[in-house]
Amino acid sequence: MDYSVVIGLEVHAELKTKSKIFCGCSTQFGSDQNTNVCPVCLGLPGVLPVVNKRVVEFAIRAGLALNCEILPFSKFDRKNYYYPDLPKNYQTSQYDLPICVNGYLDIEVNGETKRIGITRIHMEEDAGKLVHSGNITNSNYALVDYNRTGVPLIEIVSEPDIRSAEEAKAYLEALKSILEYIDVSDCKMQEGSLRCDANVSLRENEQAPFGTRTELKNLNSFRAVQKGLEYEIVRQAEVLDEGGKIIQETRSWDETKGITLSLRNKEQAHDYRYFPEPDLVPLQVSAEWVEEIRQSLPELPNARKQRLMEAYGLSSYDAGVITASQAMANYFDVVVGHGADAKAAANWLMGEVSKVLNASNISITEFAVTPENLASMLELMQKGTISSKIAKTVFEEMVASGKDPATIVKEKGLQQISNEGEIVAIVEAVLAANPQSVADFKAGKDRALGFLVGQIMKQTKGRANPELVNKLLKERIN
Amino acid sequence: MKITPKDVAHVALLSRLEIPEDQVEKVTGQLNAILEYAEMLNKVNTDGVEPTAHVIPLSNVMREDEVEVSLARELALANAPEQDNGYFKVPKIVEG
Ligand SMILES: [Zn+2]
Repeated sequence: MDYSVVIGLEVHAELKTKSKIFCGCSTQFGSDQNTNVCPVCLGLPGVLPVVNKRVVEFAIRAGLALNCEILPFSKFDRKNYYYPDLPKNYQTSQYDLPICVNGYLDIEVNGETKRIGITRIHMEEDAGKLVHSGNITNSNYALVDYNRTGVPLIEIVSEPDIRSAEEAKAYLEALKSILEYIDVSDCKMQEGSLRCDANVSLRENEQAPFGTRTELKNLNSFRAVQKGLEYEIVRQAEVLDEGGKIIQETRSWDETKGITLSLRNKEQAHDYRYFPEPDLVPLQVSAEWVEEIRQSLPELPNARKQRLMEAYGLSSYDAGVITASQAMANYFDVVVGHGADAKAAANWLMGEVSKVLNASNISITEFAVTPENLASMLELMQKGTISSKIAKTVFEEMVASGKDPATIVKEKGLQQISNEGEIVAIVEAVLAANPQSVADFKAGKDRALGFLVGQIMKQTKGRANPELVNKLLKERIN
Repeated sequence: MKITPKDVAHVALLSRLEIPEDQVEKVTGQLNAILEYAEMLNKVNTDGVEPTAHVIPLSNVMREDEVEVSLARELALANAPEQDNGYFKVPKIVEG
């Protein structure tokens, strides 16, 4: 039968501070193993952690961008568990008084806006990395790198408001976009600076009480979030259809096999025994500080999208694609600021430009073509100096050499031929040389016209103004 | 609430302590005595009193986001029971 799906997401984002949350060790990704460690983050006895002010600021920034209440009184707690990636045997986190509560995020799915509640955002430290030697199930030991231990994280917990795998993906994309805009996290899922766990359950209908949920881990890409959830929804439905019961458990998404697997805990149910962290004093966040941070927030993705739709008449979809990345939106603003037509600019960014970026796997900030040069190229097109077909040739050359379009057009002689006399001469020559095609066209074979246009373009190396060619050709052939 | 030998086994597991079978009863008794002693606190009227988050009356002790020198790796690893190629080497993990 058809079930109603209930999903809540827990997203961990590494904050891009220079130093760790409770000590001065560097947060640099990719350093040699165990070189960014000190007595504090190694959990040696007798040390005193002190919270990084920038971490608190970033957490508040995220809270404000996600419409949260910032609690005036907040504290840290110890979450106790034994695992070798955690040298202290507890993780310093926040339990009952997290820094941000009661927010929301608006997402768009199938052209409709939906509000997803955000329960809380809390600060915590990341754990180290285990490097397994050989096969995880039969190696006798593991190697640990504690560089990541103490790197600051925020955990953003959503309400169980998400109703499909597609909505989960849209939520995660919108969240990533906001965290990038406010510049608190790199959000690179492949490097683990953005991580997502999902709680999933099914029920008979929207009014029924929540069913038993499973927790999905190892969702390491946007695709994994969607595929993993889709799989788990079908799996749970099959269990329920056969009259079975869902077991509350943690399951891991196996990307290569395309299935979720139970990570059954043989030893114990998790019992974290949270208690207030005695080594850290509480935080009292003043209204003035919150206001100061609020004033420093940039224009957020949704507001920017609305602005592009209203100012330039872009469709919701186009504006959404362009504003999903702040760097792309900035690039667009410069192109349009140099007088380019907004719709043409949007089409080029989403088409040719994105194609090049994806193919070479770079961000637009590393793109060889400056927004000023793209604007000049669009202007050459608009003025009729180059045709849209030639524009692609010019663009390829801009990507390859980084040169400005006017220079490329001049050097390669790519100016469009819009001189009627010049085109008439070529048209007449082509007609004279192809009497059979002329006869075919007159006999009703429209395709013959295309052949003749092709011949004219060939002779002018694609530079003849296509509208003029069509007009002059039709005049003469009829 | 009375602590049972089962609770003792659970807490021992969470704390990674091994309590010999013949000691469980003794430890159960001791834990109950400790908890009973702490029970006294429940006699105090705490209506309208905010839970204490910290015993020192301080807040907002923060540091600037500046990188300081970390430990040399040899020092970081000096107390490791075993090491391998700059890593801490630990026994096999049974993932939960
Ligand atoms: Zn450190």
